[in-house]
Amino acid sequence: MTDQGFREIIFSINGKQRTLYIDIRSSLLEVLRNELGLTGAKEGCGVGECGACSVLVDDVLVDSCIYLAIWADGKAIRTIEGEAKKGKLSKVQQSYVKEGAVQCGFCTPGFIMASTSFTEKNKGESVTEDEIRKAHAGNLCRCTGYQNILKAVEKSIEP
Amino acid sequence: MAVGKSVNRMDAVAKVTGRAEYTQDLYKPDMLVARYFRSTIAHGKVTLINVEKAKNLKGVEAVFTYEDVPENKFATAGHPFSLDPGHKDVEDRLLLSQDIRFMGDEIAIVVAHDEIIANKALKLIHVSYKEYKPLTFPEDILKKDARQIHKGSSNIVGEHEYAFGDDIKEAFKKADVVVQGKFKTAMVQHCHLENHISYAYMDDLDRIVIVSSTQIPHIVRRLVSEALNMPLNRIRILKPFVGGGFGNKQDMVLEPMVAFLTLKLDGRPVQINLSREECMLGTRNRHPFFIDVKTGIKKDGTIVARQMDAISITGAYASHGHAIISAGGSKQSSLYPHVATQFHARTLYANIPVAGAMRAYGSPQILYAVECATEDAARKIGMDSVEFRLKNIARQGDMNLLSGKRILSCGLTECLVKGKKFINWDSKVKEYKKYKTGPVRRGLGVACFSYASGTYPVCVEVAGVRIVLNQDGTVHVMVGATEIGQGSDTVVAQMVAQTLCLPYEHVMVVQAQDTDVSPFDTGAYASRQAYVVSNAVFKAASDLKDKILGHAGLMTQRQRKDLDIHNAKIIDVYTNENVMDMKTLAVDSFYHKERGGQLTSEISHKTTTNAPVFGCTFVDIEVDIPLCKIKINQIINVHDSGVILNPVQAGGQVHGGVFMGMGAALLEEMMIDTKTGRVYNNNLLDYKFPTFVDLPQIHHDFVETKEPTSGYGNKSLGEPPVITPPPAIRNAVLDATGVCINALPLSPHHLFTSFKKGGILDSKGDADV
Ligand code: FES
Ligand code: FES
Repeated sequence: MTDQGFREIIFSINGKQRTLYIDIRSSLLEVLRNELGLTGAKEGCGVGECGACSVLVDDVLVDSCIYLAIWADGKAIRTIEGEAKKGKLSKVQQSYVKEGAVQCGFCTPGFIMASTSFTEKNKGESVTEDEIRKAHAGNLCRCTGYQNILKAVEKSIEP
Repeated sequence: MAVGKSVNRMDAVAKVTGRAEYTQDLYKPDMLVARYFRSTIAHGKVTLINVEKAKNLKGVEAVFTYEDVPENKFATAGHPFSLDPGHKDVEDRLLLSQDIRFMGDEIAIVVAHDEIIANKALKLIHVSYKEYKPLTFPEDILKKDARQIHKGSSNIVGEHEYAFGDDIKEAFKKADVVVQGKFKTAMVQHCHLENHISYAYMDDLDRIVIVSSTQIPHIVRRLVSEALNMPLNRIRILKPFVGGGFGNKQDMVLEPMVAFLTLKLDGRPVQINLSREECMLGTRNRHPFFIDVKTGIKKDGTIVARQMDAISITGAYASHGHAIISAGGSKQSSLYPHVATQFHARTLYANIPVAGAMRAYGSPQILYAVECATEDAARKIGMDSVEFRLKNIARQGDMNLLSGKRILSCGLTECLVKGKKFINWDSKVKEYKKYKTGPVRRGLGVACFSYASGTYPVCVEVAGVRIVLNQDGTVHVMVGATEIGQGSDTVVAQMVAQTLCLPYEHVMVVQAQDTDVSPFDTGAYASRQAYVVSNAVFKAASDLKDKILGHAGLMTQRQRKDLDIHNAKIIDVYTNENVMDMKTLAVDSFYHKERGGQLTSEISHKTTTNAPVFGCTFVDIEVDIPLCKIKINQIINVHDSGVILNPVQAGGQVHGGVFMGMGAALLEEMMIDTKTGRVYNNNLLDYKFPTFVDLPQIHHDFVETKEPTSGYGNKSLGEPPVITPPPAIRNAVLDATGVCINALPLSPHHLFTSFKKGGILDSKGDADV
């Protein structure tokens, strides 16, 4: 139902059900940041080039800046804010900290969502360096040369 | 011992949880949005502008044009103020301009309730121009009758010359061979992931607060006060977390405009958040250089003379102007101190986007030419590239004839030895002889650099530190040094922990900066912070330690000299007896009714030294001639940056620099149509900076020297890693193919034309083998 360009959507965000009445033109990124105050996902380009806005929709990695918020209706969204639980970092987050994979940190929330999706998909499997690189090719980082991110992902996937 | 340990970054957890707040995450409910109306021509003048329709659009609060802004021209470069009037930055910028100097120049600005309305309003603005031919090539820019892009400038922003060592003419006479080359570097862009963003509001009738993603809060405060003619104490700059800068935020870009807008709009909050396309077009870039190099060598491998003539293109506005090529041109005196050198340089205006500071500030361009020329010289006399460099480079104790200062620590020889061993130079040189013909060839390359640890004596080097003891015995530290992602807060905490003998976790460095309260420091640039801050931190921490022990003495009726701190405890130095813990001491100093107080130390320290750093890149590559592609098999950077404060974080700095250097070597270039001045690729899809899949593993190593002028033996590290990958890769391509390619980047397009010219590709693109 749209009403003068607005519409109600129901979706789950980091495990909690939410109902919002949103402008149908908004991207998911705008709704997360401006309506829900979840500013972890960043805008680095707004057009799907950099991956700073990456979140998981039904466990699929998407650039939330080019994902319309109305498409999220009925879906489960995961953002960086939901990854640390009960004051404890996820394994991926811990590895990023430990391996020095964070510098300015602007790409980090997006990268961590990409790594989370990758490690969950490949749980218990052995993965190659190439597979790690490909799985993160949609996320740009200008600070780290990806080197310590590579290490962090390798560490996160270790049993 | 906190220094030298790979402690986690102070802000790592805030960043991995998404809780670190950047400027775009801060929000005022009634914030207005401003967007620039930019020129669609590169050179000309606006003859007519009509903004009425835009003003009348519902949701538009105001539209300002060049007619509405102060006539006061200002400088934007993030340099400290100079007492020397000859050293002033060029004041050539207005908030909005009627004269158009590049495609994207700012003519008007719309303020609206949201971005969608602002964008609609931009479409309703109409302008007419008088157009001039864009000046983009040095030959055209320097023509006698060329139009002056800035009146009275002759299109030259600056020019200088220096020489050191023997008389250059005499020196060339001693040479057995003279090698010449013409080199060209590309305009590249910083591409920090966080675009430029600022907002401003007024929290009093005459006080402006500017929240901005900047590397230089204190400098920006002064520059805004100059641009808007306001007293300093009416301007407050807040710097939240910064998503990278690489020099592009060592410039005042959006701050004076948001300040102007809030002033005009009764103090309402106004934000400018540049789109990626605008950020790449309308902020700053790296200056493209044109460099002629002449090198005189003896048959035994000694370089005796070097003459360089360089042109730097600063684009439409001066920004950092001639300072870039001056700084870049001054580093070879600590790299090859025995070579008689003459250097002449000019910086020119042009109708292309504005260049400014970028990681390593002119050195990547100059040292690219120097290290290509050095390679050509070595090959000319048939000497091994590494041997040749070892024969000519600086050693500890050498005199830097340009600065007149002795080089007190230098591990460059050891860097070359380490790098050579890692890449397996000697055996690969032999092995790769087999791969010098055929469509796929292999080669090795090397290049060296020297860089500085600050800007002294050209600029003042001042650092402020405040350390306070908390009620529970932990400490808070405030520094003016600016954290922008490079990790400076972390190493400051390590330094404080080291001197106060506290666990790293007990030291908290306040990340956000606020010019109302942060100690004065000029900010993040020149890789200066860890070095310049080190002495200030050492002094402040030593002073606080004295006060702590003095208070412990008062509490226990002992002499200060009998006491020390060890792992957050006060101990007796003779018996090692544990006298009390820091918390007991702190509680007493705060709350005892007669003695003590809040134990605090604050220091502002000027550094009057500038330690050179050194290093090199070694690279092993494969060149596919028909595909015009370079594959990097292995790459390593080895650095002498003095004592390494935090090996993991230092490694990260090297990786990031090498990555950026590889990008500049292989892919990156702002592509400008020289006829119209139009930029083709100001977005992250068409501007190719390397993604995760484009590069190999990046290796690094250190040669740790101890720099005596530094508080903790450390020297600079942030920028230098970017310098040598491009010349090393170019030298490896030469080694593999025998073709000298003297322009960057070594993209397939440039390789194709060069290979054809070099006779290893025929006109149909087939390898001529
Ligand atoms: S902000 Fe979404 S991909 Fe860049
Ligand atoms: S850490 Fe700065 S962009 Fe990745």
